[in-house]
Amino acid sequence: MAGSNPNAKPMDLTLKVWRQKNRETAGQLVTYPMKGISPDMSFLEMLDVLNDDLSVRGEEPIAFDHDCREGICGMCSLFINGRAHGPERGTTTCQLHMRHFNDGDTITIEPWRAAAFPVHKDLVVDRSAFDRIQQAGGYISVNTGGVPDANEIPIPKIIADKAFDAATCIGCGACVAACKNASAILFVSAKVSQMSMLPQGKTERKTRVENMVAQMDIEGFGSCTNTGACAAECPVGISLENINMMRREFISAKATSENLA
Amino acid sequence: MILDSKIPEGPIAEKWDKHKFDVKLVNPANKRKYEIIVVGTGLAGASAAATLGELGYNVKAFCFQDSPRRAHSIAAQGGINAAKNYQNDGDSVFRLFYDTVKGGDYRSREANVYRLAQVSVNIIDQCVAQGVPFARDYGGLLANRSFGGAQVSRTFYARGQTGQQLLLGAYSALNRQIAYGKVKMFPRTEMLDLVVVDGKARGIVVRNLITGQIESHSAHAVVLATGGYGNVFFLSTNAMGSNVTAAWRAHKKGALFANPCFTQIHPTCIPVSGEYQSKLTLMSESLRNDGRVWVPKTVEIAQRLRKGEITVNDIAEEDRDYYLERKYPAFGNLVPRDVASRNAKLVCDEGRGVGSSGLAVYLDFADAIKREGQPAIAAKYGNLFEMYAKITDENPYARPMRIYPAVHYTMGGLWVDYNLMTTVPGLYAAGECNFSDHGANRLGASALMQGLADGYFVLPYTIGDYLAKMPSDKVPTNHPAFLEAEQAVAAKNNKLLSINGTRTVDEFHKELGLIMWDYCGMARNAEGLTHAKQEIRKLRDEFWRNVKVTGVGEELNQTLERANRVADFFELGELMVDDALNRNESCGGHFREESQTPENEALRDDENYAYVAAWEFTGVGNEAILHKEDLEFENVKLTQRSYK
Ligand SMILES: Cc1cc2nc3c(=O)[nH]c(=O)nc-3n(C[C@H](O)[C@H](O)[C@H](O)COP(=O)(O)OP(=O)(O)OC[C@H]3O[C@@H](n4cnc5c(N)ncnc54)[C@H](O)[C@@H]3O)c2cc1C
Ligand code: SF4
Ligand code: FES
Repeated sequence: MAGSNPNAKPMDLTLKVWRQKNRETAGQLVTYPMKGISPDMSFLEMLDVLNDDLSVRGEEPIAFDHDCREGICGMCSLFINGRAHGPERGTTTCQLHMRHFNDGDTITIEPWRAAAFPVHKDLVVDRSAFDRIQQAGGYISVNTGGVPDANEIPIPKIIADKAFDAATCIGCGACVAACKNASAILFVSAKVSQMSMLPQGKTERKTRVENMVAQMDIEGFGSCTNTGACAAECPVGISLENINMMRREFISAKATSENLA
Repeated sequence: MILDSKIPEGPIAEKWDKHKFDVKLVNPANKRKYEIIVVGTGLAGASAAATLGELGYNVKAFCFQDSPRRAHSIAAQGGINAAKNYQNDGDSVFRLFYDTVKGGDYRSREANVYRLAQVSVNIIDQCVAQGVPFARDYGGLLANRSFGGAQVSRTFYARGQTGQQLLLGAYSALNRQIAYGKVKMFPRTEMLDLVVVDGKARGIVVRNLITGQIESHSAHAVVLATGGYGNVFFLSTNAMGSNVTAAWRAHKKGALFANPCFTQIHPTCIPVSGEYQSKLTLMSESLRNDGRVWVPKTVEIAQRLRKGEITVNDIAEEDRDYYLERKYPAFGNLVPRDVASRNAKLVCDEGRGVGSSGLAVYLDFADAIKREGQPAIAAKYGNLFEMYAKITDENPYARPMRIYPAVHYTMGGLWVDYNLMTTVPGLYAAGECNFSDHGANRLGASALMQGLADGYFVLPYTIGDYLAKMPSDKVPTNHPAFLEAEQAVAAKNNKLLSINGTRTVDEFHKELGLIMWDYCGMARNAEGLTHAKQEIRKLRDEFWRNVKVTGVGEELNQTLERANRVADFFELGELMVDDALNRNESCGGHFREESQTPENEALRDDENYAYVAAWEFTGVGNEAILHKEDLEFENVKLTQRSYK
């Protein structure tokens, strides 16, 4: 079997899952006993099993977001035992395997909690605020065609690599869920620093940071008090350095604002 | 129906330029009078929507995820090809064209492929300008690697996350247009029908996945960029939500479906581990650049290994069979995907497979680590090794990975002409959901290239040509055609919700997937296919009698979403089997056991099958009608592919 541990025994678990009909209705934790869960299952496969059982019994399955199940699309978003994406560091919910739990465990599963991420249903939340922040300035203004040859502007490898590291944010929102203030600063700073590091992004660096930060505030995310909880729970290891960089960008942008709006 | 591929006249290298000159242009002031619907915001859809918005059209874009950034394109790992020849190793537009036609086993259209190779160079420029952080060399210039059987280094990459970075680039361009108000984005919205008025595509009917509301959207042209249909097999490397629904429902409204049986089975995936398994994970084939594929030389050793009597490290060098290097000395581990997959199946069928199921082969990095050191290997493949470790709980630096082929990509799709228009006027298909460029087998790193080529550089021209010839009047969404389509969609949903049977949607999907995998997977034969057709029909009947879809239509209901998709997979599955049965030759990913060389290599039959099989829908349970587009090869000489 792909799962390595042939001795791994099936586990019995107790799940406490947040159920909420829709945005308007209050929700609650509902208890589901689970039997015979293979440690090689992924966390979401365990929920699939539960959902199949619920379906057969004529109960409504638990709604949760997921798509790639490879840790890259950023769609999965469960708050497991009080931690965004569960107990394993550097791991999205979909990449979490049941071998990290023990027989007899009680597992509490909740949606991301943040004023800016209202619950649609059960464990599904509305993260469209993230898209609106990107729309406020998370781009380089070039139209298709009429751009220079890709090798015309060399970029030192070290800069390209750093920009890449910032660019790997999957937009999952775990940073917001992990932060007691529900701040989105790690997410926003990742895009701001990616683009301000690259020569292509420098032209608009001032307006970009001003506009993205303004949108972040409009969306109702909290302010950052430097707890570092975001980076600790970020599944792809977006670093706190990005926040420092964004602060510098922001201060210098404000000092010499080019924002005419 | 006569299939007119509308290939422009003239020498192949001049066709696209000439065509771009010949197409009609829409007056800049008039562009805002036209609405274009783009369904799907993966690489193909996001790039198309952004570019059409930049040009001044009013665009409405749709996706079923909560954000356009999450389309399945995000998961592509290995890279994107382009004929830049930055490495000065002999690449050129013609070579990329040639490799793609040959790699596709001569079942693609020359003119389309040539254009793809031509615009490939613009894609890289565009992405870099958007801030896509491709890998670079110490001199600051772009790095390349050789990928998926290519003998030149033409693949651009961003560590193992190329799809993510390209999609985020296209997403940023899309966001810019959303901010300008030129694109209106509808996430969490699923297209469930195409609306045709006076023979032309004029809109779509969608379901708002949060409220469950059925809504209509009207436009002057509709682009489908809805991805591939590999999930018909249930287990595949595709994202869980990838589906055929948009394309299939367009097919039922008149768009022919081409080469549905051409499926790519990727050789390097993490093997299946249990019944509960929901998807398969691809290990990028860039791993084959340094990893060596092998199984034990004898069945006995393999058996002892599977029983746990010995471990992989106990197997002596001389007892290992590096079967790809042995059989294909020229290409070795870098043979094309179909060849690598089929050979993995062969050695496992012989009983030499590894892992407790025997359905796996080794991919071994020991030599590469010895040669280059662990840090160098980690720098190249670190995130892939990590992913493997997370899933299997094994350390791939210490022992070889186990891999097995899995369904990965679908070369078939909606038939399109040179303009990427389907057989329904005004309906276009781009990216993986069309059939156009990869023939019977796609080369690695060419899907990303095709998606972006279609969206950034082809559609914006060809749609303009269509719109320039049509009045800008709008069809209101209370037109009978819209109302009828809305009612049909609602009726189908209600039907699914009212069956109240005993088996879940996933149970049906898994069973369908097994039929497809067993009879229409890596090897196919007439008897098996005939049997599969009956099985699919039986199961489909049962589905419509006995599926259990809980909940209601007027709210978020993921079971209903899946039920709709599986319902379409059932119909598609039958057509795939029909197509595989019709094509009594082996080519690319389609291996008919009746048609092989004495060395078990695929044997094409150019005399009888050098055509695109485009199928016309005639009703569920009725036989589809086959239309043929003959393929002519003027620039590439047909040869039996050989990677020896
Ligand atoms: C794991 C993996 C790795 C890969 N690696 C590579 C690689 O290294 N190089 C390479 O070239 N190719 C690779 N491929 C292939 C490549 O990623 C895909 O072929 C390509 O990204 C498809 O892009 P697309 O834009 O056509 O569709 P997708 O990215 O699949 O997007 C489909 C879009 O359509 C939307 N959609 C679908 N149906 C509906 C509907 N009914 N209503 C509304 N919206 C809908 C979805 O929401 C989504 O936005 C890989 C594929 C996989 C699975
Ligand atoms: S910064 Fe990390 S936690 Fe926050 S959205 Fe990006 S990937 Fe998720
Ligand atoms: S489902 Fe895509 S990151 Fe988890």
